[in-house]
Amino acid sequence: MLRLQSVVTYYGRILALRGISLHVDPGEIVAIVGPNGAGKTTVLNTISGVVPARSGRIIFDGQDVTGFPTERLVSMGLTQVPEGRQLFAGMTVYENLVLGAYRRSRFAKRTAVSRDLERVYEIFPILKERHSQLAGTLSGGEQQMLAIGRALMSAPKMLLLDEPSMGLAPMVVKEILRVISELRKEGATVLIVEQNAKAALGIAKRAYVMETGRVVMEGLASELSKNPEIQRAYLGKGYRQIMDQTGKV
Amino acid sequence: MPIWNRKIEKMDRAEMDQLQLERLQAVVNRAYRDVPFYHRKFAALNVAPEDVQSLEDIVRLPFTTKEDLRDGYPYEMFAVPLREIVRIHSSSGATAKPIVVGYTKNDLKHWAEQVARVMSAAGVTKDDVVQIAFDYGLFTGGFGMHYGAERLGASVIPVSLGNTERQIQIMQDFRSTVLVSTPSYALYLTEVMNRVGVSTASLCLRVGLFGAEPMSDWMRSEIERRLGIVATDNYGVSAVMGPGIAGECELRNGLHINEDHFLAEVVDPDTLEPVPEDHTGELVITTLTKEGLPMIRYRTHDVTSITRQPCKCGRTTARMSPVRKRTDDMFIIRGVNVYPSEIEALLYDIEHVEPKYQVVLEREEGLDYLTLKVELSAHMISDQMQKLVELEETIKRRVHAVIGLTPRVRLVEPKTLENVDRSNRVIDNRER
Repeated sequence: MLRLQSVVTYYGRILALRGISLHVDPGEIVAIVGPNGAGKTTVLNTISGVVPARSGRIIFDGQDVTGFPTERLVSMGLTQVPEGRQLFAGMTVYENLVLGAYRRSRFAKRTAVSRDLERVYEIFPILKERHSQLAGTLSGGEQQMLAIGRALMSAPKMLLLDEPSMGLAPMVVKEILRVISELRKEGATVLIVEQNAKAALGIAKRAYVMETGRVVMEGLASELSKNPEIQRAYLGKGYRQIMDQTGKV
Repeated sequence: MPIWNRKIEKMDRAEMDQLQLERLQAVVNRAYRDVPFYHRKFAALNVAPEDVQSLEDIVRLPFTTKEDLRDGYPYEMFAVPLREIVRIHSSSGATAKPIVVGYTKNDLKHWAEQVARVMSAAGVTKDDVVQIAFDYGLFTGGFGMHYGAERLGASVIPVSLGNTERQIQIMQDFRSTVLVSTPSYALYLTEVMNRVGVSTASLCLRVGLFGAEPMSDWMRSEIERRLGIVATDNYGVSAVMGPGIAGECELRNGLHINEDHFLAEVVDPDTLEPVPEDHTGELVITTLTKEGLPMIRYRTHDVTSITRQPCKCGRTTARMSPVRKRTDDMFIIRGVNVYPSEIEALLYDIEHVEPKYQVVLEREEGLDYLTLKVELSAHMISDQMQKLVELEETIKRRVHAVIGLTPRVRLVEPKTLENVDRSNRVIDNRER
């Protein structure tokens, strides 16, 4: 579905990505984890055309899309849910959702859009309850759900999720994760960037671990979550805890 | 024949290239970050991990040699703290420092998976009874094949090496269907069967997986004829992992490389430049997933060629031709790797003069013997028979300590080995 080959990205004169290669197969949830400033969000922003790649290739759905503008990628079925949601605070939940279908409304039948709206309401019953409420008045968790719901309204082939757990209470994070797993069951293809490695590795099939603009590890999420280095660095397990678990130094 | 991991073994080339690139970049980043040796080597060549932007860029990276690994004895080359290492294997060698290989939990898991693929390709299934006649110990062969066979779900008999008559008894009574050994040991088994009057018709063997030393066409056909089995070749390098790097499928037209875990190059041994596909040269291996001991461009000194043409068996992985030659003077006897330099070093150690010697390898009744001719120097010459016998015994003991094999020693008159040089240092009279 998506392939990155040695993507290099600069922010101004700062080298942010030093040659990132990764892939996401159809129906897979893949996570990028790593510390703050590793370049995780930059990967998503480069894929979605927000920041240009200096070199390397991005292939989406069999087509080289390196340098494509965001709108074009969205109409091809690649939709990003940005960090911090970026909703239209002064519009209702319903209006935000319908706007998500904007790119396709010219082509898509109204019935298809309303069917997708029903589906989003099914996944997030709370959005249906609050459909006439202004987006700005929603809680953080509800806003995140709305952001994902709005992205789903563009009928994407693939979703890019940037830090969906950011700033949310643990209970709400759990709910968001539940929804993402729900999407997985429906066969959605998702690339998720998360600082909360535990959460991301819990729902992803595979993951890439980034550090200072590089991928330093990749593999099955189930393997990575047991990796001592990952546990120490990103899962907040202390040296002592690891020692106690494995019973050796 | 079943394919153990269809997703990987039948992956299309573009997908495999992508996977290899991702893993290559990750392992290079880790090696550079975690192993000071690689950090220094990269710096000396003025390359950085980010210089690897394509698979072809691997040629910019430094090679790793067995000398590098010895210099790093025992743990210098490890990329993780020792507490994350769960298994340690080591090469033999008491004069030169041995090579030590460490495996993390994940490394062992991947190793078993790869051996399972090799076994499956050879035709082994979970219904088989697998007799492993490789040494279980520091040598990677026994444990390596063992866990792969277990992963496959076969019944595994860890009989290890030695006590050949008991080995044959077990083979009969336990109804072993698969034999794992060196090809020369398989031939030796048949000799012993002849001697003790066991007919191969009384055995249930149907497949053999042979490795740890070259298997010539003659050996293969003899093994197949005498044992009535299908003999397959498989390839491993102890310093890199052990068995499981590549193995033949039932079509036996090259050894399928586990490319998702190893990036294989073939280079000209003199210029060290890559040779075109299908051309012969030295095999160079980069590990793509190993955590404990990542290896960048390890020079195996094994001569092979690689083809990326898909195989009729359905696998798309690259295939290497069976290894029959080396680019250095290492020889293999009873599965043990021996360098003449090791023998030279211990001879020097005994008498403190530059030794003149020659190694002759012979096969008698299926068993390999090493004869060591040592020229007596003026310094060593003695009228006392007792002294000469002692010298002979000392050499035998010392060689045994280094390679685990007692040589036949022949002390010869001065000047009889005048013409021995690198080209005829080792005379291999074993059947080809």
